[in-house]
Amino acid sequence: MTSTTRTKLEVRQLDAWFGTTQALHDIGLAIPERAATAIIGPSGCGKSTLIRCLNRMHEIVPGARVSGQVLLDGEDIYRPGVDPVQVRARVGMVFQRPNPFPTMSIYDNAAAGLLLSGGRRSRADLDAAVEHSLRQAALWDEVEDSLDASGVSISGGQQQRLCIARALAVEPEVILMDEPCSALDPIATTKIEALIHELKAQYTIVIVTHSMQQAARVSDYTVFMYLGKLIEFGSTERLFTTPQKKETEDYITGRFG
Amino acid sequence: MDSESLEAPWMAARPTVRSTVPRRRNVGDRVFRLLTASFGLTLLLVVASIFLVLCYQSRDAVRTFRWAFLTTSVWDPVAREFGALPLIYGTIVSSLLALAQAIPLSVGTALFLSELAPSWVRAPVSFLVELLATIPSVVYGLWGIFVLVPWMRSYIGPALSGTLGFLPMFSGPNYGVGMLTASMILAVMIVPYITSVAHEVFQAVPAAQREAALALGATRWEMIRLAVLPYGRTGVIGAVMLGLGRAIGETMAVTMVIGNRADVSLSVFAPASTMASVIANEFTEATYDLYLQALVEVGLVLLVVTVVVNVLARLLVWRVAAPAGGGH
Amino acid sequence: MRATRRRIVDRVARALTLACTAAVLAPLVLIIGYLLAKGVTSINLDFFTQLPKPVGESGGGMANAIVGTLVLIGLACALGLPIGFGTGVFLAEYAHSRLVPTIRFCADVLNGVPSIVIGIYAYTLIVLPTKSFSAYAGGFALAVIMLPIVARTTEEMLRLVPANLREASLALGVPAWRTTMRVIIRTARGGIITGCMLAIARVAGETAPLLFTAFGNQFWHHGLGGPISSLPVQIYTYAISPFDDWHRQAWAGALVLLTLISATSLSVRLLTRGRFRTVR
Repeated sequence: MTSTTRTKLEVRQLDAWFGTTQALHDIGLAIPERAATAIIGPSGCGKSTLIRCLNRMHEIVPGARVSGQVLLDGEDIYRPGVDPVQVRARVGMVFQRPNPFPTMSIYDNAAAGLLLSGGRRSRADLDAAVEHSLRQAALWDEVEDSLDASGVSISGGQQQRLCIARALAVEPEVILMDEPCSALDPIATTKIEALIHELKAQYTIVIVTHSMQQAARVSDYTVFMYLGKLIEFGSTERLFTTPQKKETEDYITGRFG
Repeated sequence: MDSESLEAPWMAARPTVRSTVPRRRNVGDRVFRLLTASFGLTLLLVVASIFLVLCYQSRDAVRTFRWAFLTTSVWDPVAREFGALPLIYGTIVSSLLALAQAIPLSVGTALFLSELAPSWVRAPVSFLVELLATIPSVVYGLWGIFVLVPWMRSYIGPALSGTLGFLPMFSGPNYGVGMLTASMILAVMIVPYITSVAHEVFQAVPAAQREAALALGATRWEMIRLAVLPYGRTGVIGAVMLGLGRAIGETMAVTMVIGNRADVSLSVFAPASTMASVIANEFTEATYDLYLQALVEVGLVLLVVTVVVNVLARLLVWRVAAPAGGGH
Repeated sequence: MRATRRRIVDRVARALTLACTAAVLAPLVLIIGYLLAKGVTSINLDFFTQLPKPVGESGGGMANAIVGTLVLIGLACALGLPIGFGTGVFLAEYAHSRLVPTIRFCADVLNGVPSIVIGIYAYTLIVLPTKSFSAYAGGFALAVIMLPIVARTTEEMLRLVPANLREASLALGVPAWRTTMRVIIRTARGGIITGCMLAIARVAGETAPLLFTAFGNQFWHHGLGGPISSLPVQIYTYAISPFDDWHRQAWAGALVLLTLISATSLSVRLLTRGRFRTVR
């Protein structure tokens, strides 16, 4: 990384709750632009909660609450008056299980963000956006001839890439990925990982993963979390070779629990 | 910028603040919520206004007769006397007689469906039982008038009074129409409701309970008695209450076969009236205001009774079907 | 010895449940059998195209009642479906609103209100002020009966839509209300339509609430502001009449009504078997 690296998302003193259970404790973190940042940690450590706080998806869960700040290009997305809908258009998300809309065709799925959010667009614009995003998601060649087929008629790996295309079509600045490969087979996983490598040249990527190998393969920076706290954050290479905290070392060397 | 300074970046220089994040909340969301909420409130308003409308429309009758309305037994519109006791009696007795017939049949059928039937029988049988619920009341009534009433007159009635005639219940003249006939039709009509809820309740009995009984060497029937029936009792009572609610409010079929005479008689062969049947029969013939008001008051009593029965039933069914305190 | 007794008890109990099931299904067979036996012979083209004939003249049909029933159902749908649907959406989508338990409770209460009471309600609200029995009053009564069924079915269908579709849509920056309209409702569409069809089937056979709202009419109705005939009321009138010819017509009418209703509910049930339960 060069010194021109700019902070895209900055988390400050972030606490998150589900009802009365505190899931995140005083998280502080700066996520660099146009790079892939992985969040790792044992299950239940709050990594999914943290990523869902970055585009205000956490608050969808009934009883969920957040305090603290998340700055997107320096602007706090939790400031009163900010519309979470606008935040989510800039910070896209890909989920653990592929979730294309079952009632929509592949084409409509890719265009869903554009179609559903209401703005009028010409057919040609839509066609271009669909093709562009499907190409970016490395799916175009596989579905070019079956754009009218149902979004759930393709394989799980293809569905997940369709979900990535769907997120890309909205032209977000950040893409959050919540264990995007955990429901996929190894070949599909390889394709998604290759895709992440391509995409990080253009987008800021945050990926939650339960696999340290995957974090090592795809990310430039890694966050290690444990029990709702951020234990350590640094370049992936540094964190995996010379961890500074004992918990991190225990986790990466598999001496955990 | 190295990784170390990334860990506390807000101590360093701030990036320039962009003000592209809009400050307004989504108007569409508010409008949509308001719109659907207003539909929901309309439903609330309908329920509230049903009570209010019935109270208002019966105000003079309530003022004139007071509690005597519920306790006197002369219903004589010509003499301007309105005592609803015979109607209340007719409603209660016909519904209870219907339950007496429907409960064993429904519970037996539900047990057959949930415990004993081979799986290929289950779907078609429960489908046919549900089909019973789709037959309109007036069709039951038509069948009652032209099929059940003659049977009652020629076979069922004579058989009953021949064997059990020493009981006041089964003595007296038998016209074919009357309390017993009405209760038989009612029983057929409420069986599908009780059966399907009881079926659900029995299915909710944990497999572990069943297996525990079977592991003790119990036969199927002993397992039902030991594990299924005790566990399902509350839910079945709820199911029965739901059926009772239906029976009390049922109008057309009853009106067509009960004989429509506002008398209190011990004999189940005697013609009678229910609250619902009196309204159906006399509402368009109510020639003066107090008469109409008295009929509306009968409707009010009917409404209150069915609401109470239904609420109790739902509480009982919920307790079984949603023990984890789910919304419904 | 003891074991044999236990086995006999078991056999007897099993046989009894089977007997119960047979006794429950017997009336169904009898009713449908009689409807077919007595109804089919009176059904002919005249039945669907002719008005009722005056007493003493044979022949005639129930054309006005068939049309009347369709008109009443149309009016009921126009009012009952949107309100019921909207209520269902509110119940499912704003489940954390404090209003929701109250409205859901009211829907269940309304579902248990006897239809004859709803007839009185419609009579007071519409017939009294307008001083006329009318199709409007009848349609209104049927709409009130439909309301809770449509609302609760819609709610249950929407709740079956997996939460991850909502999240997917929200994460695309789609506003919540558009997510509800275009993703959640669209996904539940089949189930909701089925629920509406079942509600229609239910009110199509209602008689009691029409007796003093739509009233009845031996002729074609003149506009919606006046009395209108309907199949159930016509069947009732004919059934309690002393005329054999009218009795025959009543059986025919009942057969047509039951065919309409079962065709509606059977087809939707078969199409969506196992996908959902009715709300009652």
